[in-house]
Amino acid sequence: MKVDAEARQRLSAFLVTHEEPIVRQWTEIAARTLRGRLTNTELTRQVRDVFGALQAVLGADSDGEIAGAESGESRGALAELSRAWARQGFTPSETAGLVFTVKEVVLGLTESGQAELPTTDFLLLSLVVDDMGLFTFETYTKTRESVIADQTEQLLELSTPVVKLWDGVVAVPLVGTLDSARAQVVMEKLLQTLVDTGSAFAIVDITGVPAVDTQVAQHILKTVVAARLMGAECIISGIRPQIAQTVVALGIEFGDIVTKSNLADALLHALRASGVEVVRRASRDKAF
Amino acid sequence: MTELEEPQRLPIADDKDVVRVRQAVRVIALAAKLPLVDQTKLVTAASELARNTLIHGGGGHALVGQVHNGRRAGVRAEFVDTGPGIADLDLAFTDGYTTGSGLGLGLSGSRRLVDEFEIVTAAGEGTRITVTKWAR
Ligand SMILES: Nc1ncnc2c1ncn2[C@@H]1O[C@H](COP(=O)(O)OP(=O)(O)O)[C@@H](O)[C@H]1O
Ligand SMILES: [Mg+2]
Repeated sequence: MKVDAEARQRLSAFLVTHEEPIVRQWTEIAARTLRGRLTNTELTRQVRDVFGALQAVLGADSDGEIAGAESGESRGALAELSRAWARQGFTPSETAGLVFTVKEVVLGLTESGQAELPTTDFLLLSLVVDDMGLFTFETYTKTRESVIADQTEQLLELSTPVVKLWDGVVAVPLVGTLDSARAQVVMEKLLQTLVDTGSAFAIVDITGVPAVDTQVAQHILKTVVAARLMGAECIISGIRPQIAQTVVALGIEFGDIVTKSNLADALLHALRASGVEVVRRASRDKAF
Repeated sequence: MTELEEPQRLPIADDKDVVRVRQAVRVIALAAKLPLVDQTKLVTAASELARNTLIHGGGGHALVGQVHNGRRAGVRAEFVDTGPGIADLDLAFTDGYTTGSGLGLGLSGSRRLVDEFEIVTAAGEGTRITVTKWAR
């Protein structure tokens, strides 16, 4: 979008003249939609930043294009803001809307006769602001994507705790979709914990896994073999009926791997196999 | 064959896409009121076939949606790639046969997990596999 320098200067001068009412009303309208998620001071500062970016785009040495080389600085400020909004959990439309609001404000000022702006100049304002809004939207989306990627990474780490259940017995409760990357992480962690704790039993609990396909099964089978090589036994627990039927239909064979329907049974098996006797006291009361 | 209703087209270009296909199939299976066992079977079959599309077919796409045959609702998923195709189907459907490093149970196993299984493929012409699971 190439705009002529004169119109740009007129619009820029208009904004300078009416800066105070524009920023004030802009902040008021924005505050309504953002409802208390930002303090008034913060919001005012951010609106001023957007206002500043708008002026920079219209500035003397700029070509009036947000994507243009000259508007690097205003682009930087806008990008900074949209990143902040994305991280604060604003929706995409709130983010773009915050920028678009200036049109509403200027229109209000001219319609009420408080300010005067030729229609062509208003159109120019509209074009520039649309550009800025789109740019904000794009940065927002990119930021959200990277936030989600970060969270996925973190979840990968978080959701795979290897816990010690007893001396010599460790367990990993798997929850959620086991893709290859995650299965890899889990299994490596489990084997490492076996080494670190010198445990003889590892329980892989799949109660929280919605589907076991051949890839997941292959990861489990590999882990079992690796654990065996290290002198440890793996027990798979939490195989729910629908998973059992699916695994059988697929033709996956768990061979001589011990499987238990729940984690408690798996622990009991491991305890017994390691020589721990679990007995229920005849009468609890007498102990006290 | 009955028509796919409001099919969703999902790309299959990486591991995450396989997970997305699986999730989409689960949502549709729930909407079609498939019992839990059948949901799990269909989702697992979709997982196998989507991964084959990715690994053996070099990527492609899936079309998923509901179907109706007058009496019953069902869920259908199609997996399409323009990869090398499968020259020897009998061999490919042999339990344990793999040209990669998998378990070789994806094709044969997923055929056992669904009600209808259709495959169109030829060497050098890509592969299209359509599976359907009907509600009871
Ligand atoms: N979409 C496809 N395109 C080309 N070849 C395929 C495709 N799907 C499966 N195959 C072939 O069939 C073989 C068996 O597939 P499958 O049973 O899923 O086992 P796996 O994926 O473990 O190798 C594969 O190794 C591959 O050679
Ligand atoms: Mg396969």
